[in-house]
Amino acid sequence: MNNEFHPGDIVLCRHGNTDRSGTFITMRDGMATIKLDSGYNIGVSLDEICLVKRPDITSSSPVAVTQNEALPQLSIVSTGGTIASRIDYRTGAVTSQFDAEDIIRAIPRLVTIARYRARKLYTILSENMNPAIWMELAEAVFQEIRNGSSGIIVTHGTDTMAYSAAALSFMIDTPVPVIFVGSQRSADRPSSDNTVNALCSASAAVSDLGEVVVVMHGTMSDDSCHIHRGTRVRKMHTSRRSAFESIGIPPIGSVSYPSLEVHLEPAAIRRGTQEPSLAASLEERCGLLHFYPGMPPEAFTSFSDYKGLIIAGTGLGHVSTLLIPTIKELVDDGTMVVMTSQCLHGRVCDRVYDTGRDLIKAGAIEGGDILPEVALVKQMWVLGNEKDPERAAVMMKSCLKGECGGRSL
Amino acid sequence: MIDYGKVGLKAGIEIHQQLNTAQKLFCNCPTTLRTIDEHDKEFFRYLRATESELGEIDAAAKEEMKQERMFCYFGYDTTCLVEYDEEPPAPLNHEALELACIISRLFEMTPVEQIHTMRKLVIDGSNTSGFQRTALIAVDGILPNGGKIETICLEEEAAQRVDGDTFSLDRLGIPLVEITTSPCMKTPDEVREIAGYLGMVLRSTGRVKRGLGTIRQDINISIAEGARVEIKGVQELDLIAEVVQREVLRQKNLVDIRNELLSRQATVITEPVDVTKIFSASSSTILKKAHCILAVRLPGFAGLVGREIQPGRRLGSEFSDYAKKCGVGGIFHTDELPAYGITRDEVDRLFVQISAGSDECIVLVAADGKKAHCAAMQVIKRAETALTGVPEETRKMLEGGSTSYMRPLPGAARMYPETDVFPVRIEPTWYENLPVPELLVEKAERFVRELHIDPALASQLASSDQVFLFERAVSEGIAPSLAARTLLSSRKELARGGSNISCLSDENILMVLKAVEEGRAAKEAVPVILEKVGAGTSVSEAIAECAPAVSRSRLEEIVRMVVRERRDFVREKGMGSLGPLMGIVMAEVRGSVDGRVVSQVLKEEISREISPNTPGDKV
Repeated sequence: MNNEFHPGDIVLCRHGNTDRSGTFITMRDGMATIKLDSGYNIGVSLDEICLVKRPDITSSSPVAVTQNEALPQLSIVSTGGTIASRIDYRTGAVTSQFDAEDIIRAIPRLVTIARYRARKLYTILSENMNPAIWMELAEAVFQEIRNGSSGIIVTHGTDTMAYSAAALSFMIDTPVPVIFVGSQRSADRPSSDNTVNALCSASAAVSDLGEVVVVMHGTMSDDSCHIHRGTRVRKMHTSRRSAFESIGIPPIGSVSYPSLEVHLEPAAIRRGTQEPSLAASLEERCGLLHFYPGMPPEAFTSFSDYKGLIIAGTGLGHVSTLLIPTIKELVDDGTMVVMTSQCLHGRVCDRVYDTGRDLIKAGAIEGGDILPEVALVKQMWVLGNEKDPERAAVMMKSCLKGECGGRSL
Repeated sequence: MIDYGKVGLKAGIEIHQQLNTAQKLFCNCPTTLRTIDEHDKEFFRYLRATESELGEIDAAAKEEMKQERMFCYFGYDTTCLVEYDEEPPAPLNHEALELACIISRLFEMTPVEQIHTMRKLVIDGSNTSGFQRTALIAVDGILPNGGKIETICLEEEAAQRVDGDTFSLDRLGIPLVEITTSPCMKTPDEVREIAGYLGMVLRSTGRVKRGLGTIRQDINISIAEGARVEIKGVQELDLIAEVVQREVLRQKNLVDIRNELLSRQATVITEPVDVTKIFSASSSTILKKAHCILAVRLPGFAGLVGREIQPGRRLGSEFSDYAKKCGVGGIFHTDELPAYGITRDEVDRLFVQISAGSDECIVLVAADGKKAHCAAMQVIKRAETALTGVPEETRKMLEGGSTSYMRPLPGAARMYPETDVFPVRIEPTWYENLPVPELLVEKAERFVRELHIDPALASQLASSDQVFLFERAVSEGIAPSLAARTLLSSRKELARGGSNISCLSDENILMVLKAVEEGRAAKEAVPVILEKVGAGTSVSEAIAECAPAVSRSRLEEIVRMVVRERRDFVREKGMGSLGPLMGIVMAEVRGSVDGRVVSQVLKEEISREISPNTPGDKV
């Protein structure tokens, strides 16, 4: 490991027939990464460079953010993710480092929509989220609601944004919009979708909306964002801007860009309709199992001490007949088993084929048209708040936060 | 005549050459260009400048951001999510890297040990991402004039501008090499020569794209008292010297203007004055309907703003270029007024109203308030630079060889790492074992020496895109002179004559040449055969159709022979033998005689054979 050079050191780099001056950036794959004065980085062997000087570290003080006191007040709760990412040039990786004020600084038009209170909760990538963090996040958001914010914007990595949005949907009753937003293309690129997404989410946050939603790019163009209900949304593409889709219902609204006009569908819950309340406990011992042909019973028995298990079954909600006895054992031992479908679109119906009927006999609950991940989060919440198994089963079957519908559209 | 030594001309070249690889630099799409009407996708985006990893925003990028612009993009069935900036890039194309390294070897350069792909900020819309991916491959090459090639970079090509802010994505991502020389050229002709040399070396690989737009030169020019200016997008070699001459002229004139301004103690008043009211009834429609007209006062500038600095360009044109960055259509200045519907009286009132002196030049910008202010500040900025001389700039070439301002010279702040692409190690043994192709100039000499081709023809061949096919033809036994003549002229002439040559593949041309070599086709018939092949006829059919015509007497001979050989059959069948014999004769004459003529001759010969007085009966 190199101890001689620090990032930012001015070095002389011998290469070819010429000495070139540059800045030491980092070590990578055993070679020194040098930023030449032309701006190009190259990798060179350590014995090709020598130190010229080590400049004093000057930290430029960031520009102060001035806000318009006449505008409604929003809270930005940042958890990390691509919308708030920047390059760590020591490792070359994109990491989450921005706090909420940095976001305002990067997207100045935000201050024409509202004034902001910033709260940096985490700087993690969303794949590192967990139910404990969801609970803390729910508490933080609820505090902001209590403190009189007109809306809350949660910046979040996109990978598990839908889980968190669903979790907060169940945990919080909100009179104001709670908006999850992120970006699919990193904030360090001029084409990043973070500007459009952030501006649209701010506009939605001051709108007439009153529920937990995800606001993300609607199409490949920078023309609009869709407003998705927190319990109906899913990331459906690895990289596209328009990766988020409402499943089972249309988006509950949209925000045009660049006008930032908000359009809400009749189905959207309006501002002030709900009294604020918080029920932030989750039963973490719940699991989600994606059935595949040939899956052995052991896969199920490893969930034996779990309070709940969601199965993403095939088609109308099936697993192999061989697994049914194991599922029955789980249920008999007190695990709530709920069947959902890998199809994502459509409703589970275990009354059509024998396997389904056997599953119901074994005690599995039909999940209706709920998404598997949303079912998992819902089960955590139901079992975290209702200890009586029968009442919990009734809750699991009822529609609590728009996560399921009586009619398939 | 300018003495270039005396003015201290220093020029360098940046040459951009597209590589003819199968796939693009960072995705698996083909490198084929499409026509605009084939596009099947359209989308639009906004771009904005971002900070480099050192926390700075590039000056050139800032300039492009003065206006929020919406860019529209066309996609095709040959483009993918990488071009749309909807998916991370694939790893660096190895074929392109290898070719860039081969080119580095041709210039005897030293490769970088570990290649890092960078993002070069470009937010004029030509890259969907807002940056161009580029990697430094090798350094320190040698030029024939003793000068140096500083660097060779492997870059992705930008999207092609369709019109205004609309771009076509078929070109985006095609690999190109960027070769940057040191400022080692001292005359316009030398710049042209070196550009020609660089192009020749690149073409020697046989793996670069050919045709208009596939190679572009940027030229860096400065004179001793001037400043470094980068002129972008010179596509024609023949214009290079002219561009350099005109830039030297422009810099000299700007230096002269600076000197004149200093001797006049000219100044720039840094606050624009609102003069909207003066022109409320103007017969200039632009001024009359403008929400806001601002005047920039330039005491001591009178007469100099309108002075020509290169053909068709004045100092005022430079002011105008700067103002246009704010979205205004242009400017007016009092050196050129009264004109454009602005009257003498209005100009006089302008001077009186703002108490301007007669040595003053006043520049007017008209637009809505915000734009007008932005434009006025740009004019002020450029006028202030006129007091110090020549600004460092990126400029674009106009028709004829003059140039207009594009943006400030970009700095190192526009480069930051492309974190989605891993660095690539160049193994020294791999690099050293890459084949170095023969240079085209060496090829030409060899053609003269070994194939005894006329030197002029040899060098024409070497610079032609047919040279590699020529070598293949010769190696397959075709006479060099025949191959040279055919390849140099035929294809081009057919295309020029408007013939369809879409089916004229290299393989087809070789088959035709072989037929000539084997005596199955006449040399003279080659252009006609190629034309037929080009239009879709098979090579063998085209040769048959063009076979030498058979004369009447030769036809009679053939017919006589065929009939005699089948005398018994003819006598037995009489005229009934006509049908079967037709086929035999037609095959003999390879279809080159009209069937009716054959039929007529055959009839005569048959009737002669079956008549009672045939000589054969008399024995």
